[in-house]
Amino acid sequence: MEYHALHDAPFIFPNDAHPAWSIMIVIYPYITGMVAGAFVVSTMYHVFHREALRPVARLAVVTSLCLGACATLPLLLHLHQPLRALNVVATPSPSSAMAGFGFIYSFYMLVLLVDVWLLFRPAIVERAHSAPGPWKNVYRVLALGVLEITPRAAEIDRKLIHALSVIGIPAACILHGYVGFLFGAIKANPWWSTALMPVIFLTSAVVSGIAVLTLLYLFLCRSSRMEPDEECVRSLSRLLWMFLVLAVTFEFADLLHVAYEREEEWYVIRELLVTKLRFSYLTLQVLVGGLLPLLILPIPAFTGVASAAFRRACTGVAAVLVLVQVAAMRWNVVVGGQLFSKSFRGFVDYPVTWLGREGLLAAAVVLAMPMLLLWGAMKLLPVWPPNPESDSGVKA
Amino acid sequence: MSLFELPILPMSATSAAGGCASGGCATGGCASGGCSTARPDQASETSRREFLKTATTLTLGAMSLTLLPGAMAGDESSSAAAPPGGGHPDAKKPMYGFLIDTTKCIGAGKCLTACRVENGVPDGQARTWVERYVHFKDGRVEVDLVPEIGYAASGEPQPEAEDVLRAYFVPKLCNQCVDAPCNQVCPVHASIKSPEGIELVDTDRCIGCGYCVQACPYGIRYMNHETNVADKCNWCYHRVMRNEQPACVEACPTGARVFGRIDDPDSEISKRLATLPTSVLKQHLGTIPLTRYVGLTDEVT
Repeated sequence: MEYHALHDAPFIFPNDAHPAWSIMIVIYPYITGMVAGAFVVSTMYHVFHREALRPVARLAVVTSLCLGACATLPLLLHLHQPLRALNVVATPSPSSAMAGFGFIYSFYMLVLLVDVWLLFRPAIVERAHSAPGPWKNVYRVLALGVLEITPRAAEIDRKLIHALSVIGIPAACILHGYVGFLFGAIKANPWWSTALMPVIFLTSAVVSGIAVLTLLYLFLCRSSRMEPDEECVRSLSRLLWMFLVLAVTFEFADLLHVAYEREEEWYVIRELLVTKLRFSYLTLQVLVGGLLPLLILPIPAFTGVASAAFRRACTGVAAVLVLVQVAAMRWNVVVGGQLFSKSFRGFVDYPVTWLGREGLLAAAVVLAMPMLLLWGAMKLLPVWPPNPESDSGVKA
Repeated sequence: MSLFELPILPMSATSAAGGCASGGCATGGCASGGCSTARPDQASETSRREFLKTATTLTLGAMSLTLLPGAMAGDESSSAAAPPGGGHPDAKKPMYGFLIDTTKCIGAGKCLTACRVENGVPDGQARTWVERYVHFKDGRVEVDLVPEIGYAASGEPQPEAEDVLRAYFVPKLCNQCVDAPCNQVCPVHASIKSPEGIELVDTDRCIGCGYCVQACPYGIRYMNHETNVADKCNWCYHRVMRNEQPACVEACPTGARVFGRIDDPDSEISKRLATLPTSVLKQHLGTIPLTRYVGLTDEVT
């Protein structure tokens, strides 16, 4: 096949001129990934008893819930018939990978919601008694009318939280592995069609969740003039480094496999990487977002060099870079996969717009919404762990 | 009468057949007593339970009928699947096929206009198109689209005849795959296969997610920017159900597009399929297209 035609005489199928999936489909796995990743951090404490992560365990689960609450928003904005969105759960087609989303997402959110409620029940009940004015009623509603916690109830809560966290681990893996499968199962597109896609999405999801939580922790500590827990930051750095190694390895393995086999699709993918995705893939995803944090993170994760503030700064910078990496990865998969025609003879452009339902502005609002929700949740719920002496039996 | 004082509802088939461990006198399987003549308090409990069961079943059934009209794939009451004019006259559903003879296509573009007019296809989108492959003597292969108004009227500069080794036209349309990826991925049964094996879009059910557009390996599907639902070539199903030919076939001046019943050995398409070597697009994907080609070259994707 004459692949120089990609340059010399490009030809695209008429219906390929306008990519069907927009930036909203980039944001959807980005947010969903953070949901899964943040939850994994909370389970590190609640299930695997990593005591160093105690300061962020509650924050992790609330962050996950806030992100999860907004995960469907980009999908709704993308749908050309948003009023029919519930058809996905009302008349699902069992042969469709996409039809499972409603059920997997709902199950995961239910687990998360009950987990958060049980985790914060002691605080909610306490505030239902002590909160001033109308807030008392808010907490009474949040307590679902149960305004007492007996020692036996606290013990049951503790066991339930443990059980939900255990259930939540495979649920989070399924949720995001499934998002990867949505792309990996499209045999029409050689850039997407790989069995590694669910694993790649899952590892990058965990990476993004840890990164966003690390940044939130550092930012919240700074804004409330609180000294971040050094062991916690170190532990987060280690987790981030470990999962980043996995994510980069899987991404590289997939590309190496396609490149080494040199089947016909490789020539299209190679052209895509060195032309259309040169900046977003090679620069952002591989170098700046992938290799650089891999080099930076060992400093705070495994050494005691320089001051704690310097190591924290390293962690923060690496977390930002990792978030850039994952965003670039989502972009490169979703948009990159639509930049070549199915004729394999030409490329198309993705028009980035500022305004409109699927523009950059709407995308920024969608990305900001979970943070707004988190701000509200933090007003309502104590995300920092209680003092051990005031702990009412439920593991914070 | 309160809801819980309603008369005892008929026993379920299981218990009536002796499935109940302690009942089933009527069938002789009961050692301790008869279900149908149970004590009043037992009867009352059974009544409530049975009533609640039945009421729940009926309510859920009614809800599903209300909320999920025509939820089953291929429901013939659905607007897109119902053949206009009351369906095909044959009791046995016919099987259709499409043959493209690239050696006969002259790139007239008549099929393009016919399709656009027949199906109201928006500008910039296409249910069918015709590709021109030009092999130059220096080894280059160039592909472009046949303009709807024809090359002469388009004013586009054309290759010099002395530079060209050979050239041919390849019409594209829906391949009506037997194992259609677009149908497989649709999350809401909006992609449906007609009883005749033709892939259709239920525009009343499509949510506009675009997954089918991504899944079609041939670039046939598109999000119709006027109706905001998925759209595609359906071999003019509405015409076929009236025993007419698809619009593009009727408009083709050279017979390069042949449509007909492949289950009828006397049809023109069957005869040509029996005598001509044919192939399909992207065979390696295993979609089993019903649209077959005469004269495909390796360059055609």
